[in-house]
Amino acid sequence: MSKVVEIRWHGRGGQGAKTASLLLADAAFNTGKYIQGFPEYGPERMGAPITAYNRISDEPITVHSNIYEPGYVVVVDETLIDSVAVTAGLKDDGAIIVNTAKSPEEIAPKLRGYNGKVYTIDARKISVECLGKYFPNTPMLAATIKVTGVMDPDEFIKDMEASFKHKFASKPQVIEGNMKALKMSMEEVKGI
Amino acid sequence: MGKRDRLSGNEAVAVAMRQINPDVVAAFPITPSTEVPQYFAAFANDGLVDTEFVPVESEHSAMSACIGAEAAGARTMTATSANGLAYMWEMLYIAASSRLPIVLAAVNRALSGPINIHNDHSDTMGARDSGWVQLYGETNQEAYDNFIMAVKIAEHPDVCLPVMDCYDGFITSHSVEVIELLDDQDVKNFVGEYKPKAYLNNPNGKVSMGPLDMPAYYFEHKRQQAEAMKNAKRVILEVSEEFYKLTGRKYGLFEEYKMEDAEVAIVLLNSTAGTAKAVVDELRSKGVKAGLIKIRVFRPFPVDEIVAALKGLKAVAVMDKADGFNGAGGPLFTDITSALYGKADVKVINYIYGLGGRDVRTDDIEVVYDELLKIAETGSVKSVYNYLGIKE
Repeated sequence: MSKVVEIRWHGRGGQGAKTASLLLADAAFNTGKYIQGFPEYGPERMGAPITAYNRISDEPITVHSNIYEPGYVVVVDETLIDSVAVTAGLKDDGAIIVNTAKSPEEIAPKLRGYNGKVYTIDARKISVECLGKYFPNTPMLAATIKVTGVMDPDEFIKDMEASFKHKFASKPQVIEGNMKALKMSMEEVKGI
Repeated sequence: MGKRDRLSGNEAVAVAMRQINPDVVAAFPITPSTEVPQYFAAFANDGLVDTEFVPVESEHSAMSACIGAEAAGARTMTATSANGLAYMWEMLYIAASSRLPIVLAAVNRALSGPINIHNDHSDTMGARDSGWVQLYGETNQEAYDNFIMAVKIAEHPDVCLPVMDCYDGFITSHSVEVIELLDDQDVKNFVGEYKPKAYLNNPNGKVSMGPLDMPAYYFEHKRQQAEAMKNAKRVILEVSEEFYKLTGRKYGLFEEYKMEDAEVAIVLLNSTAGTAKAVVDELRSKGVKAGLIKIRVFRPFPVDEIVAALKGLKAVAVMDKADGFNGAGGPLFTDITSALYGKADVKVINYIYGLGGRDVRTDDIEVVYDELLKIAETGSVKSVYNYLGIKE
């Protein structure tokens, strides 16, 4: 049980938190892991808070409940910190990753007494710079891989390049932007 | 050899459908089963199958179209959930009594009302007396495997009954997990060509389908239908054995998890079995003799086999993800206790759980085993008909 890495994603409908969780599951799957990627479905609307989950393990995973004591929490929209208990159940030896222009030092006091590691990444800046538009899930995915260590970063980059090449065969300019976003995110994610 | 992949339960069943390449698929969308015909429609549009895809205007029409197609001699399938299944109701009985081997992916969802899109088993439990064979699966793998086996079970000449492949809405249907897919050619060979004995489009043999059946023979036809359901038990085991030889994945009437020396056990269906297995492992590591039985074949009900599996246990909890509203217990509990009657003296309690998508955690399952251990120790049952994880 303890070998299972459990991750909870908080985002808003339409931002791609569910897609990011499925991309993470995909990436881990490609390195031979057992994976689960699933959203908590509700009456979703654009902008409403949503939750998605990942379990990643070297052994088969049989538990099919939501995740209540995650090792990691990823917050795709920082405004959720005020309205959703994003650190609920989050283990102190784990970490939270927040998409924000602020520093970890500025975010930490807002996390309702959470004592674990706090990481921040400015996914908006990276996305706009690399892709020309705001798609937070690529930068958040890369930051999550870096922080959780669920797979080797170089292996991840190689795998993503192959999958982008396949997915965007007719739009090579998109591949370059996405790859740049992944690499930049891995470098820029910072924590305390 | 098969191919390792990662798919949601619905994607996996749609892939099975593509590999089977049925003659007709008629369906109407309803959450959480919608993706099955949605993915399949794309396969049909892309020319990956020879199937005639019939997008109808309701579930009643979907099942009616399936009945028409199957009666004509076409291998036919569909998918639905909850109110969609309810809307098929009268046609479910007609499909079964006409002995038409239609295969239906029944993606379990709470039946309204109040309206709710999440998982429980109130939809397919209501259809348990409709004459359909019902298979239940814990994971996307089992939903996929059962769907492929369902074709062969349904079409067996000693059965000729429709089959429901039941799996949990969202928990299984929308969760992406690792799965082992069969090669297309292996599925094709496994299900074989559909050769019905009697069908309307047969130029060499005349047959009447769905006529008025007066008291002179109606009863005999129902008796034959009941016999077919009895035969299904043997055929399911034969088909499962053949599937095991092909894939190495073993399926029986139910799965016994750590039951060899178990003193207490829970009996349940579908995805919660996985969550409960984690609890069994935990208890076993502390030396507690806990076990689990996951029912795969609910119709026909494996009466004698269940009695043999539960005989001698100190306490058993049957978990129902649907209430029976009979004031006494859920549908699985009723079947288990009636199977045990006069054959084994086992203390059995019932928990209704997870209605309308109430999440079931390992902590919830621990509560059940704790209660069973108390019963095993004291020999006395405080309450038979219980609710798990309810706010009260």
